[in-house]
Amino acid sequence: MNPADDKSSGSTGTLTGAADSGNDRTGLPWLRHWRTLYAFVLSVFVLWVVLLTLLSRIFS
Amino acid sequence: MNVLDYVVLLGTILGIALYGMWRTRGRHNLASYLKGSGDAPWLVVGLSVMATQASAVTFLSTPGQGFASGLGFIQIYFGIPIALVIIAAVFLPIYRRLNVITAYEYLGQRFDAKTRLLGAAVFLLQRGLGAGITIYAPAIVLSTVFGWSLDATIICSGLVVIAYTVSGGSDAVNVTQNYQIAVIFAGMVAAGVVLLHKLPAGLGLHDALTLAGGMHKLQAVNFSADPRERYTLWSGVLGATFLMLAYFGTDQSQVQRYLTGASLRESRLGLMFNAIFKIPMQFFILSLGVLLFVFYQFEQPPVYFNQVEWRHQAERGNADRAHAIEMDFAVAHARERKQLDAWLNARGAGDTVAAAAARAAVSAAHDQVETVRARAEMAVDPTGKTKDTDYVFITFILDYLPHGVIGLLVATFFAAALSAKAAELNALGSATTVDFYRHVVKPRASDAHYLAASKWFTVFWGLVSITFAVSATLAENLIQAVNIVGSIFYPVMLGLFVVGFFLRWIGGTAVFWGALAAQALVVVLFLCFRHDLSYLWYNPIGCAACVLFSAVLQPVLGGQAKSVTA
Repeated sequence: MNPADDKSSGSTGTLTGAADSGNDRTGLPWLRHWRTLYAFVLSVFVLWVVLLTLLSRIFS
Repeated sequence: MNVLDYVVLLGTILGIALYGMWRTRGRHNLASYLKGSGDAPWLVVGLSVMATQASAVTFLSTPGQGFASGLGFIQIYFGIPIALVIIAAVFLPIYRRLNVITAYEYLGQRFDAKTRLLGAAVFLLQRGLGAGITIYAPAIVLSTVFGWSLDATIICSGLVVIAYTVSGGSDAVNVTQNYQIAVIFAGMVAAGVVLLHKLPAGLGLHDALTLAGGMHKLQAVNFSADPRERYTLWSGVLGATFLMLAYFGTDQSQVQRYLTGASLRESRLGLMFNAIFKIPMQFFILSLGVLLFVFYQFEQPPVYFNQVEWRHQAERGNADRAHAIEMDFAVAHARERKQLDAWLNARGAGDTVAAAAARAAVSAAHDQVETVRARAEMAVDPTGKTKDTDYVFITFILDYLPHGVIGLLVATFFAAALSAKAAELNALGSATTVDFYRHVVKPRASDAHYLAASKWFTVFWGLVSITFAVSATLAENLIQAVNIVGSIFYPVMLGLFVVGFFLRWIGGTAVFWGALAAQALVVVLFLCFRHDLSYLWYNPIGCAACVLFSAVLQPVLGGQAKSVTA
């Protein structure tokens, strides 16, 4: 099931303003789409794991 | 601590608190009190999320964890980037579209009232206990610094936090957290600079890393598949991802923070900020502990870092034994220092054979030091409330940092405690008011009535957390205790949301009983297999059990699955 199918019933959450309209763009200069940004974040994570593994190996 | 330290400490903490109260004065409706004014940019959201997770425990206890066990603890944070990407892509758009105040309102809309109440109750139970640990950590600092009793310190600092949180509300939490995290960063960087400066002359960073690596302190990534090992790459990537998914995705103290974003974009970018910077931040804090370990190979530390407790046990008729242990420790440490000098000289002379022999001798001498330290730990009451590693960093601060910087570091602990505690109490008050009081007890009351109720509930949860902190006996290192409590309760909570998001043919009755059965399973696992299974594995197991039990019970219990439609 696609969770994006969920829509507000309007029965709760009436205390604040309107919900968001669509936000496809990140507004960032080089990582304009969310999927690109997510891929970048996960790439940075993989890089960290590699660097930490090298640290473990070099100084073991 | 001298006058300068007190000026820095009180000026920083009170200044930020008073500024937050002034900036958010006149917020007199429930929406702005619980959810903020909804205009926070991504950096404010990101720092607020970071400050909420990084309590005083993080900065007090994590260096001690690095000192004792090295960098391996970093693997628990491997789950954060993966979890935050999933939350930004799946959870967050739904929360914002439904315009909820608490995450558990979603459960009410997707399933039914009893499932919503179950989710809120699990949150209140585990966060109430977690809040007790949050308040416990700064109390350790104070009791050590001032020589007060631990319980009295917990009560006093807890009352201060309650007063600050009740007066502030969600916007005040955001405003103060930004300044508090600035103080935290400044304090930790200052400690790092001073620590590097204090290392012996001639000992370069490469030598320090080689020494730490030789003592197994730089084993950051463990590829072992043994489920009994607490922190491995696999438990980090799989187990901790579920823990972080549950914490950031379903814990109201975090959901409330990123829902203050001005838009979906601001909230998402705030989460991505944490996804990128959380691992390097924790690496830096753990590295402080590793550098402390190196530093204390050359400077003799106390045999037991919690000197207050050490003196107490000596005064209980064990003075001779305490003195003997201290003498043995001094001899063992001097022997290790001598072997270290031999190792450094051999390395400097390029004599690899002698260096290898000296390194082995250093390792053997270090084992002797640890043996004496273990005797000291046994001499102190083994049912004491904390492990000695929680006192390592504060002992270094008080013994070696210059005045002014000491005040800044103590202010760092307070800033972290206040920021995390404020967010927790704000969330506990919100969930109690919105999910229980307004939903069940008194559905049709005025906004002013709910606002007053929310403040009273915040006070109530503050008092509960104080009571827990005073009565709890924590045998674990503090930072681990927080995560163990979370790993018992979070997985089933995450299971509720996973069923809600992805298995829309399952109804409220099946998921309700499935969740209770899964929670029972996790508790049994904890009670029976806590030494055979790393606690991080409770997270995927509990979540999967909730999903599986719900799917099995749905055909048996029947009931119409409710669709969340416009």
